[in-house]
Amino acid sequence: MTRLFPLRHALALFAALFTLLLSLPAQAEIQFQEVTSPLGIKAWLMEDHSLPLITIRFAFEGGTTQDPVGKEGLANLMTALFDEGAGDLDSEAFQIELDNVGAEMSFVADNDAVYGAMRLLTEQRDEALDLFKLAIEAPRFDQNPIDRMRAQIVAGIVAAAQDPSTAAQNLWAQTLYGDHPYARRREGTPETLASITADDLRSLHQAIFARANLHVGIVGDIDAEAAGAMLDMVFGTLPEQPDLTPIADVEPVLGQELEVNYPLPQTAIYLAYPGIRRDAPDYFAAYLMNEILGGGSILSRLTAEVREKRGLAYNITSALLNFQHTEMLIIGTATRADRAEETLAVAQEVIARLAENGPTEAELASAKKYVIGSYPINELNSSSAIANTLVGPDLRNLGIDHLTRRQELIEAVSVADVKAVAAKLLGVKPTTLLIGPEAQPAP
Amino acid sequence: MFKTAMAFALTALLAAPVLAKEQVQPEAVAEQFVLDNGLEVVVIPNRRAPIVTHMVWYKVGSADEPAGKSGIAHFLEHLMFKGTARHPAGELDRAVTEIGGTGNAFTTNDVTAYYQVVPPDALASMMDFEADRMRGLILTEDVIGSERDVVLEERRMRTDSNPQALLQEEVYATLFQNHPYRIPTIGWMHEMEQLNRADAVAFYNQYYAPNNAVLVVAGDVDVDEVRALAEASYGAVPRGPALPPRVRPAEPQHDTQRTVTLADPRVGIASFTKSWIVPTYRSAENGEAEALDLLSEILGGGSRSRLYQQIIVKDGIGASAGTRYDGGAYDDSTFMLYGAPQPEHTLADVEGAISEQLALLIKDGVTEAELESAKARYVRSMIFARDVQFSMAHIYGAELANGGNIETLAEWPDRIRDVTAEQVQAVAAKYLDPSLSVTSYLLPSDAGAQ
Repeated sequence: MTRLFPLRHALALFAALFTLLLSLPAQAEIQFQEVTSPLGIKAWLMEDHSLPLITIRFAFEGGTTQDPVGKEGLANLMTALFDEGAGDLDSEAFQIELDNVGAEMSFVADNDAVYGAMRLLTEQRDEALDLFKLAIEAPRFDQNPIDRMRAQIVAGIVAAAQDPSTAAQNLWAQTLYGDHPYARRREGTPETLASITADDLRSLHQAIFARANLHVGIVGDIDAEAAGAMLDMVFGTLPEQPDLTPIADVEPVLGQELEVNYPLPQTAIYLAYPGIRRDAPDYFAAYLMNEILGGGSILSRLTAEVREKRGLAYNITSALLNFQHTEMLIIGTATRADRAEETLAVAQEVIARLAENGPTEAELASAKKYVIGSYPINELNSSSAIANTLVGPDLRNLGIDHLTRRQELIEAVSVADVKAVAAKLLGVKPTTLLIGPEAQPAP
Repeated sequence: MFKTAMAFALTALLAAPVLAKEQVQPEAVAEQFVLDNGLEVVVIPNRRAPIVTHMVWYKVGSADEPAGKSGIAHFLEHLMFKGTARHPAGELDRAVTEIGGTGNAFTTNDVTAYYQVVPPDALASMMDFEADRMRGLILTEDVIGSERDVVLEERRMRTDSNPQALLQEEVYATLFQNHPYRIPTIGWMHEMEQLNRADAVAFYNQYYAPNNAVLVVAGDVDVDEVRALAEASYGAVPRGPALPPRVRPAEPQHDTQRTVTLADPRVGIASFTKSWIVPTYRSAENGEAEALDLLSEILGGGSRSRLYQQIIVKDGIGASAGTRYDGGAYDDSTFMLYGAPQPEHTLADVEGAISEQLALLIKDGVTEAELESAKARYVRSMIFARDVQFSMAHIYGAELANGGNIETLAEWPDRIRDVTAEQVQAVAAKYLDPSLSVTSYLLPSDAGAQ
């Protein structure tokens, strides 16, 4: 295929260079830079020449919520088709070429954004980038691959249709979000998928793929100047502005009690409490509260009471979910059916106690240490993880200084702050969902 | 069901045969040495980020359990967190958490491994914890009951709640007629319920020792520094009893074609698997494992494979079709074909089409172009693997726990390059005889969800 652009003669402009300095005597030092391309496209870069690899990850704001009513599943189907033909290459030619240049490409959509990633070898960088550009700029949406990928998605829907967890998931989403787009099924239904045409796919692609709603992270064997040229080469011909359907903010409906009765070996239990906005002043107080309640470490209160002391479940976790238009705190576990009632009671007791009394000083101190220390460990362990770290905060409009500010904000949280936010979030009657056999008395 | 908004895995989308260029394979820089007490150590420096992965692999798994005690290897893995004289229960978890690290453990048929991912300055402390519990575990009766309940819930969650997992368990129990790979790693429920403190202590005393372990350290470290730290901590642990040779009961000759079927109302689309016992990297001779890896890649490894191209793209009858080869096991393991139909086609259509593709490959072999691009993909995957610190630690740990070393790993790309088209055809013909296979059918049943 023809070469599109050699990567040269680029003058990248630099914003300030930030260094993430960790409070430990490490020999390795991670440096994130903000790169602005000659055409004004911004990205975050972590230059690293230890391996002959480059990983690029991007996000365009505007995900499955952009599916037109009656065409649910459109964005998800679109992400399955970027490597199924682009420019003058049909599906087969594109995939053969991708294999020849030794690169990997993947695309996915969630509620709020469409993501893409490419991992390539420096040796064949330009050839791989040509393909990435083609896929992003000129996907073909040929009928054959549309029909094939649609059939695979439909098969997945049919395969899961009889599973009680599918019914539970739909009931859960509809109860929490009503008629908001967040209640709709990301993958669509056989009926909505059947109505999707190549033109629908083209329209959505044009609406979402633009420069103003683009966020990019680059990691690996490339310097800032080449990264700037690469941004222009790959994304430079996209339109400036997207054409997105505005999506309303939504509060999840709480206080509901849902049950899906089905003869299973375990009862799965979910609870939904109010969440907290990413830009709220007490966000980090809530973040630490969640860690103490049921976060990433085995020392959480829920894990201690439900798993360690009573052996009721293999795991129980809580998580703060932040979408662009809503937020929630979710707790989930699964237990032997005749112990479901006890498990739910223990969990609610733990929640009530935290809402009423807040954490201890010692708990808060160790939660702080954990969330500060775990950030580099969880976020910097591979190129993909680093690229993710570079795109995520940018997508949430957090500046590049977020990494240094994050630590200050966490350290500033007091026991009183956590107690206040726990009372606010956990003092509310949650929506609960039980999936399992009908309630039965303990033996 | 509840994924974070940013959850995203870069999946390897494999593509296809033509003129693959020979890749230059940079040598992975790793060093290996053995302590006086028999502990094997491998260090893989990687200076990109201030992180270190610390793993201890014990050369014991569920296939080494005494008869009637299935699940004891995994149960002991859980009990290993219950403390020692120097570090009471919970102290390790707390220490790892305080520094923001992650720590966990896993058990397979062949190994039990414990790991932490921490900042480099915590490495000495992690070594102290692991060296201490290598011989110093204290198990009191009062932790046994509730932890046994935890592993029973784990079995209910992973296996009993999942029709596919239940059927897969039965496939192994049918395929392996005598070898302990027939027993699930998590254990049979009725045997797990009876596991006790004495079983755990006996298993621990027999297998947990430096002379039956491999230490892997990957990340922001210096080899000499790791050596000094390992000598100071693990070096002080006394050698355990000499272990008997690790010889598991062998398979008798297989003469039959067997079928296992499960119908479940939760199943929406029927699917099948067809499995055989084949050699692995440790048990194979003459490059047969490398040939099986390439066979698996060419026949059903991804979207450019023969099964995908013929059954999904050209015929349009399959929703899925592929192969799986587990070449990393200690003893002979499994090669599997699998498939599921599109809603308007039958399972028999897909099974027939996949069998036909296998027969065709056995009859006519593979093309040079297919072989070359499959090789290039394999060799490339090693470079990509080096990008993920934990994966690297895992690859080296698994290799050493199986009796390999850093040289056998370094030579692997060349051994892949040496495989010929004839060898690929030969292993298919030799091992994948349909009349000696186990086929599983996962079928919908009439009563759907209420």
